[in-house]
Amino acid sequence: MSDAIVRLSKLTLSYGKTIAVPDLDLDIMEGELIALLGPSGCGKTTTMRAIAGLLTPTSGTVEINGRDVTRIAANKRGIGLVFQSYALFPHLSAFENVAFGLRLKRMPEAEIKSRTDAGIATVGLSGFEARKPAEMSGGQQQRLALARSLVMEPKVLLLDEPLSNLDARLRLEMRTELQRVQKETGVTMVFVTHDQAEALALADRIVLMKDGKIEQLGTPSELYAEPATAFAAEFMGFENIFRVEGDSLVSKSGRLQLTYEADAPMLGWRPSGVPVGSGPHNGRVLASSFAGGHREYVLDSALGQIKADAPIETAEVQIGETVPFDLPKATARRLAA
Amino acid sequence: MRNLPIWIILGLTLTFMIGPFIIIIFAGASAGDALAFPPDGLSLKWYLKVFTIESFRESFLLSMFLAIFGTLTALLLGIPAAYALNRYKLPGDEAIRTIVAAPIIVPGIIVGLALLRYLVVPLDFTVTMALFLAHTALVLPYAVRVVSSSMNNLRADMEEAAVLLGCTRMQAFTKVVLPNIRGGVLAAFILGFVTSFNQVPVSLFLSGPGVKTLPIDMLAYMEITYDPSVAALSALLAFMSLAIVFVAERLLGFSRYV
Repeated sequence: MSDAIVRLSKLTLSYGKTIAVPDLDLDIMEGELIALLGPSGCGKTTTMRAIAGLLTPTSGTVEINGRDVTRIAANKRGIGLVFQSYALFPHLSAFENVAFGLRLKRMPEAEIKSRTDAGIATVGLSGFEARKPAEMSGGQQQRLALARSLVMEPKVLLLDEPLSNLDARLRLEMRTELQRVQKETGVTMVFVTHDQAEALALADRIVLMKDGKIEQLGTPSELYAEPATAFAAEFMGFENIFRVEGDSLVSKSGRLQLTYEADAPMLGWRPSGVPVGSGPHNGRVLASSFAGGHREYVLDSALGQIKADAPIETAEVQIGETVPFDLPKATARRLAA
Repeated sequence: MRNLPIWIILGLTLTFMIGPFIIIIFAGASAGDALAFPPDGLSLKWYLKVFTIESFRESFLLSMFLAIFGTLTALLLGIPAAYALNRYKLPGDEAIRTIVAAPIIVPGIIVGLALLRYLVVPLDFTVTMALFLAHTALVLPYAVRVVSSSMNNLRADMEEAAVLLGCTRMQAFTKVVLPNIRGGVLAAFILGFVTSFNQVPVSLFLSGPGVKTLPIDMLAYMEITYDPSVAALSALLAFMSLAIVFVAERLLGFSRYV
């Protein structure tokens, strides 16, 4: 890891009068796998398109390898992009799809052949060279799109929702595949996703975005264990988040007196951090479902719905019954508003 | 026999669609001197005579010229128009679509009269020039429509992918868009060619000394000479159209685009 390979400074991106991304600063380090994570409309795809040069910023700069490329056209930036739809060329064979960019560089035919073959081998598609994209499965098309970008030896490879069009089994396979390719080639990868599990599993660092701003930036374990804001916590699986007023928790439905001092504007608990069966509060079971190692309860409390996971060894509580539960200080995450 | 009504409808449809074609084939193959059906004996003499009629040869060449170059010009204008209408949210794009389609909606006879009255008479346009403009305009709606529909399935991100692989916007168009719509372009060409070649109402007003399109020339010929050569020529033209469509269908599934 040396200097930033991509540096966004005071980047502002807008569509007409709507500002999608205001004043964004972000450094992406050489060789890292970074995820832009956030709900749809958070500006992550817009940011990616600006890095690629498909979108001209309203203000601010994009630097690649220390060079200001804000006014450089997309075809001269040396950046690869794997589109969510793959955007393969349907009239060309797999081989010609991968060779497309090399041919534009007017390389000698022998070099085109060897680099294309190598690219196709990297993604495990040897033997499929003559196929048209339409004759390939979704996973194969994905790999082909990856190979097409990789043979250009881009400084940065951008991936737009790389796993969203694949079924669950392929998604897992492609995840490890992406990590392997990244290790092998050492290319800096930036991928956009709305799926926190995907970001947590793949990325070296996660940029969590909200309304075009960076909400939190950190390693997956940092983000998972220490979300700073209610928004980040919600994304990381804290399903019970409440405002603090004095020594009580407050929600739309009501308030609940705490047994300890809460010195934060908000507190959050994962369902696994809410014990059921003992505690100072009471809730009526609205729903209960078996989830393998634990049982998931939805409780109706003074605060409205509370999600709680109970270990499978504990006695099952029937729907409609009232059980005690706790929102303990030990499992609470203190959050900024 | 519960399928009887269906067979009757099918029979009538085929009779009215293919019947006239069969009639002209045989009427042209008559051994007699007058246009009649059933023919007065069979011979190929009228089919051969068609090739010896001087004015037919000239008007055939004019019609070919109009059909080929009028359609090519329409495509040259229509492909970029279809591309722009597909890719960009343009102000007034609905109005542009309507204007482009206008030559289909406005009766040809009015178009022909208007061109004669406002181009040929006051501006001294040659009849050939006016015909060329008229045929180009007439074919333009087909060019835009057919090319548009083949462009509909083409996602914009394919061009962006090409750009990121090093293409300029223009190269992205020629290397990625054009090869993927070539079926639509050829379909538009054939449709335009046939439309232009068979065009009567517009061309009716636009004929001068020695300048007539083939269909107009055939009308003129029939007014004077009522012999089977016109039927023979019609049959030959019908076979030409059939051959073009057949080849196009074999080459790229023409019917998918129309």
